Amino acid sequence: MAFNYDKYLRLEKMPTLWCWGCGDGVILKAFIRAVDTLGWKQDDVCVISGIGCSGRFSSYVDFNTIHTTHGRTVAWATGVKLANPTKHVVCVAGDGDALAIGGNHTIHACRRNIDINFIIINNFIYGLTNSQTSPTTPQGMWTVSQKAGNIDPTFDACNLAIAAGASFVARETMLDPKKLEKLFVKGFTHRGFSFFDIMSNCHVNLGRKNKMGSAMENLNWIDSITTPLSKWEKLSPEEQKNIFPTGILKHDETAREYCDMYEDIKAVHQGKRKVITQNDFEKKI
Amino acid sequence: MANREIISTGNDLAAIAAVDAGCMFFGGYPITPSSEVMHTISDLLPAVGGAAIQMEDEIAGVACAIGASMSGVRSMTATSGPGISLKAENLGLAQMTETPLVVVNVMRGGPSTGLPTRVSQGDVAQAKNPSHGDYKSITLCAGNLAECYTETVRAFNLADRFMQPVFVLLDETIGHMHGKAMIPTEEEVKAGIKLRKTFDGAPEDYRPYGVEQDEPAVLNPMFTGYRYHFTGLHHDSKGFPTEEIETCRKLIERLFNKIEAHQDEIDSYEEFMLDDAEFLIIAYGSVSLAAKEAIRHLRADGIKAGLFRPITLWPSPATRIKHWTDKINKVLCVELNIGQYRDEIQRASGRLDIDGLFKVNGRAISPYEIVNKVKETM
Repeated sequence: MAFNYDKYLRLEKMPTLWCWGCGDGVILKAFIRAVDTLGWKQDDVCVISGIGCSGRFSSYVDFNTIHTTHGRTVAWATGVKLANPTKHVVCVAGDGDALAIGGNHTIHACRRNIDINFIIINNFIYGLTNSQTSPTTPQGMWTVSQKAGNIDPTFDACNLAIAAGASFVARETMLDPKKLEKLFVKGFTHRGFSFFDIMSNCHVNLGRKNKMGSAMENLNWIDSITTPLSKWEKLSPEEQKNIFPTGILKHDETAREYCDMYEDIKAVHQGKRKVITQNDFEKKI
Repeated sequence: MANREIISTGNDLAAIAAVDAGCMFFGGYPITPSSEVMHTISDLLPAVGGAAIQMEDEIAGVACAIGASMSGVRSMTATSGPGISLKAENLGLAQMTETPLVVVNVMRGGPSTGLPTRVSQGDVAQAKNPSHGDYKSITLCAGNLAECYTETVRAFNLADRFMQPVFVLLDETIGHMHGKAMIPTEEEVKAGIKLRKTFDGAPEDYRPYGVEQDEPAVLNPMFTGYRYHFTGLHHDSKGFPTEEIETCRKLIERLFNKIEAHQDEIDSYEEFMLDDAEFLIIAYGSVSLAAKEAIRHLRADGIKAGLFRPITLWPSPATRIKHWTDKINKVLCVELNIGQYRDEIQRASGRLDIDGLFKVNGRAISPYEIVNKVKETM
């Protein structure tokens, strides 16, 4: 039987404002199926989005939802989660939102390893505001703010998240919704900061001026720049430069989660344990 | 009231007051001269099961505090002027979504980095409109140590009553002042806590923003079965984005009306030796302490001076200001800025002849400077 999404959607908000063929809807559906698989109660979930096309994600799904200012989703989520450590918090942001204006918050949420699930819908462009360069726009592509061709070096979001200390880091595309759903289930179950770089299409505002004006052409391009991690590892260093590995790139189940660690702080101030020292941590520098 | 003796600083008293008032979350970032608020509350909150977090920047500090408040817990941030400049956009979102929050601003010299360790009252105009767009700010200003406590408590109750951020302005002098204060007991404060209104009908009948034109939104805590949407966009009665003309107009007008219609619940001021006064001094914050001292000297010299001290700066107690400026011809506004509140006194009084004694070099105004200025004017 086909999955019935109605329970999780705000049906009166349909249709979405996303363009025909946009990948955001595919990601939204995979997200809903993951929540359903996990059996999360809608009342126990908070979905937080930023500004941009992805910002509307939160208004379409029937959870406790917040549409925040540009770039601040994970900072917002940190407050919701730390004040409610038993609840589920999911952030959705675009590449500009998460990596440009909100880059600082992304880095530090990764570092704290707080149990927030952070989905970046990475379509390589500022779509909603009509084609300005984003941190993930490939060099040499046309954007409305760099009509001579983008010269800004391209960001690898997952490398950033790994370096910053996120304990679960994964990349996937919206080309395989089943895979995406499973990945969400895995990441959502992980206790710690789960970072998802989900590559998606914007054939309207990235594609049209870069010779991939249909959804299919844009998706074929995404397919051509990604490959599963196991295959990627066998590529030559030269080939690896132009291909993004997909799948789970990091999964550290030993890293302590921030809200759990904060319980130690509460215990200290409540006289239930001694102060925290370097001996409480593996890393002592 | 006021039967607990405590020896503390203004900044510490703000932190202690927050926890006594039921605050359970603090988000902040280090900044002089307000950091001690964060230092103290970081010890106090975990002891009562709450949480305090030092974030990566000022913006994140207020963002997480608003997030916690949206989830339903009393929440606070503290900073100084440059921090307010950075937090401004998110404070606008709190105004628009009607999220209660207490924002302590310990004022230092500005603009820009200014005089980080020295006193100023340069953020008074900023507190009125820190963010873009139309809304009505509530700003309280502590004029002595005890009020760092009592005004912070009042700020939490006002924030929940009117569902919006409330500023508590301290200045560097008050924030770092150390001494004895008489404050209410914790039990008294707990008994006076008035939490936000909630809706307990059927979830399908819930309209968080569907309220009377002079009332704030009714925002139930998260995770309690009433799922709704927060957005900084213009929104309808359920909180969802809309561009419908009438809904947009009514929303912004209501943000004004909910304050204007209930100003009597917000007004607060002190009148010191005004009954027979022939010279009106208007001052607030630490400056009012010097003004009171000056008035004692002036009266000893036969000059009948008195003080009007607004405690709620925004919305200003305009009716009461006009009452005194109608009655007393000579008016002097004393501020550690260049007349940011004198503009408001002029507006409220309808008089353009309000004299000013202003200082912006990071040093306090002494009683003698006020005495001399008054004598010059006489």
